[in-house]
Amino acid sequence: MIAFADLLERLVFTPGRNAKIALLRRYFASEPDPDRGIGLAAVTGELAFTAAKPGLIRELAAARTDPELFAWSYDYVGDLAETVALMWPGKPTNAAPPSLTEVVETLETAPKSELPGIVAGWLDASEPSVRLALLKLITGALRVGVSARLAKVALAEMTDGRVAPDDVEEVWHGLAPPYAALFAWLEGRGVRPDPADAPVFRPPMLAHPLEPQDRVSLDARDYRAEWKWDGIRVQLVATPGGKRLYSRSGDDISGAFPEIVDAMNFEAVLDGELLVIREGEVAPFADLQQRLNRKGVTAKMLRDFPAGIRLYDMLFEGSEDIRPLPFDARRARLEAWHARVRPRLMALSPLIAFDSIEDLSAIRDDARAASIEGLMLKRGDSAYVPGRPKGQWWKWKRDPLTIDAVLMYAQRGHGKRSSFYSDYTFGLWREDGELVPVGKAYFGFTDAELAMLDRWVRNHTTARFGPVREVERAMVLEVAFDAAQLSTRHKSGVALRFPRIARIRTDKPAAEADRLETLMRLVENRAAEAGAAVA
Amino acid sequence: MPHPKTWLKVCPQGLYCEPGGFFIDPTRAVDRAVITHAHSDHARPGHRAVLASAGTLALMRARLGEGPAGLTQQALGWGERLRMGEVTLWLEPAGHVLGSAQVAMEYRGSRAVVSGDYKRTPDPTCDPFVPIPCDVFVTEATFALPVFRHPPPDHEIARLLASRALFPERTHVVGCYALGKCQRLIALLRGAGWHEPIYLHGALAALCAVYEQQGVALGELRAATAAAKDQLKGAIVLAPPGAITDRWARRLAEPVVALASGWMRVRQRARSRGVELPLVISDHADWDELNATVDEVGAPEVWVTHGREEALIHCITQRGVRGRALRLVGYSDEDDEGLSEEAAA
Repeated sequence: MIAFADLLERLVFTPGRNAKIALLRRYFASEPDPDRGIGLAAVTGELAFTAAKPGLIRELAAARTDPELFAWSYDYVGDLAETVALMWPGKPTNAAPPSLTEVVETLETAPKSELPGIVAGWLDASEPSVRLALLKLITGALRVGVSARLAKVALAEMTDGRVAPDDVEEVWHGLAPPYAALFAWLEGRGVRPDPADAPVFRPPMLAHPLEPQDRVSLDARDYRAEWKWDGIRVQLVATPGGKRLYSRSGDDISGAFPEIVDAMNFEAVLDGELLVIREGEVAPFADLQQRLNRKGVTAKMLRDFPAGIRLYDMLFEGSEDIRPLPFDARRARLEAWHARVRPRLMALSPLIAFDSIEDLSAIRDDARAASIEGLMLKRGDSAYVPGRPKGQWWKWKRDPLTIDAVLMYAQRGHGKRSSFYSDYTFGLWREDGELVPVGKAYFGFTDAELAMLDRWVRNHTTARFGPVREVERAMVLEVAFDAAQLSTRHKSGVALRFPRIARIRTDKPAAEADRLETLMRLVENRAAEAGAAVA
Repeated sequence: MPHPKTWLKVCPQGLYCEPGGFFIDPTRAVDRAVITHAHSDHARPGHRAVLASAGTLALMRARLGEGPAGLTQQALGWGERLRMGEVTLWLEPAGHVLGSAQVAMEYRGSRAVVSGDYKRTPDPTCDPFVPIPCDVFVTEATFALPVFRHPPPDHEIARLLASRALFPERTHVVGCYALGKCQRLIALLRGAGWHEPIYLHGALAALCAVYEQQGVALGELRAATAAAKDQLKGAIVLAPPGAITDRWARRLAEPVVALASGWMRVRQRARSRGVELPLVISDHADWDELNATVDEVGAPEVWVTHGREEALIHCITQRGVRGRALRLVGYSDEDDEGLSEEAAA
């Protein structure tokens, strides 16, 4: 538990991706089985304990600490588990801190009534950082800030390039903690684990953004076009071993979309877009967001935000791996399969007919529906290859919308940017002359522009709130964004998709920046009611 | 035997010993001052006569200049008795920073001890705390909550060196205040076998020189400001807490930002400072040390100068010790951020 607690403590404070990978790699390389496998399961969220509730921690604290001292301490620290971890008055003991394996096995087998005594004994034998890790673990509140993908990259790094992260991905969902076979393979002591019939995730094929210089060399005849939907890309996996819905990054999101999983009465692996669809109409991304990042789902949410799939590719038909086939052949297989199986809640994402790239360009410019981000171009002869192979698939987003907004607040960044004011909140003028914040952007600028903005913020600060500075209303930023949608969560009533700084408009006086009503005219979920005004 | 409350009083300037005619750590300029240690909230400029340990006076002169450090300065050795008016006074080490002292006073058979800031953990850069039995013990309470239990400093230094081994290409920059923490970190690093040059922010160099003059060896120190970025790869750099995530730090190579302070025990404190490697190293007594010290000096009454007095008083009251909160103002760890330069305990 000591190494695991140390790992958690460092991960919690480490902003950099590479540093996180290095910390994980060291942990996996230096800890023994089965502890490291259980640690891996804990950081990727595969271990979920419900045996201990926060109430148990409260009771333990009440039995061992003075209530007034506890109240003052809790008030100061602000986190129950951390307060108890820090102030726990250990009884002298010769016991060593428990290993991760011991903790997990005990929690699975011990009668509930014995838990308080067992946990108290563990706390007595441990240092504060171990106590904190323990309490967070047993109450299911680790929140490490590590994606499953990052852990897989760290695992692959243990092999110094022999195994790629995507290779780990392909076997991952067929494995279970403590992953002994996985580590044996990574360390060259065992064969690649065979997922057999397990519903494993296959790393997806990705597209490059289509830049103007790429466009001229494209031959329209080589490519097929589809809409680029504004939902989330998913992989539907149904095998004799089970049914799963995966996000693009390989997270299992089956629990949040039970109606989709219910409809997967077939054996296939499919690639498609998850959307909220009402009576055949695709709803804006904001609606889908209501369903994301949840473990379960209520009947009301199923009714109010019904999910559906637009299918665009097929990786396996039955147990046959058709990824090596060209796109056109896979598409034909997908269409035939769809016509035969007729799965509920799943429609084909249509192919768009076009004669030339110019033709397509016009189609793209006209595509202003809320649910469409632009176009996808896929070579008709492209095999399905994990990763981002060159020249095969292109995403061609429609041109962003822009507004000229006024910089209102700037916040310090994290990690490499911690000495820079790099997160900018910008606002637009309301009719009554008030400036209201409409969004926040922290990319889009060059290093030189960042240095310039940072200097400007420091020289034009009017107030400070911790890491945030309020600045004079004198700097105009041209903000680009993909879409504007109504939002009850934002003071201005509108939320921007992917806002970024397009240009710094030092030439423009703040008073001439855009008005809120200009932005409201671009809002898409309102446009639906007001007719096609936006297009 | 007069109770100390009749002759040791709280005035706007600070604690005043009436029959001795002097203030202890006054927060504004006075005629006669006794100074426990050289941190700027305790050692203010402009007093006429200043009495302190030789180490404290040397540090005060380096920080404040010869005149502002006291028009007349008198150094007192440990345990050396001095008659001030009707009071006998002496100093014993407090273990906080170089020269830091407790002030012991005796008046007509009644004895009070003002501890100043102190700690009980051994520190290679200063003399260890000596408990003095007394009738009233005046203590600080900076970390007087049971959540503050400082781990052994060697353990924290080992974490720093382990991080350096894992990220050998990155600069490890450690935030620490200029007087005491900086030199203690250097001494702890040397003790742990780190013999590479240690790089310093300009604001830390002058007091390191005073420590060396006072006989505390610190090994090879270099100016970080003058070093090329390549030289700072893998180096350990010390800087004031305010500089570690600010523009000054841009000269460093992909820095791992560490901060050495007792406040780092609480995660939210570390997070809000943008710290990647919090090091729990404090120059103040932790909860256990505060309680143990109160028991050791055996005073029936304890006065708390500043800090989180309610928890300490609550706890000693249960052991039959009378507690009194003086609520002295002007000592900077009242600043709840705790990380203005010198309160970065």
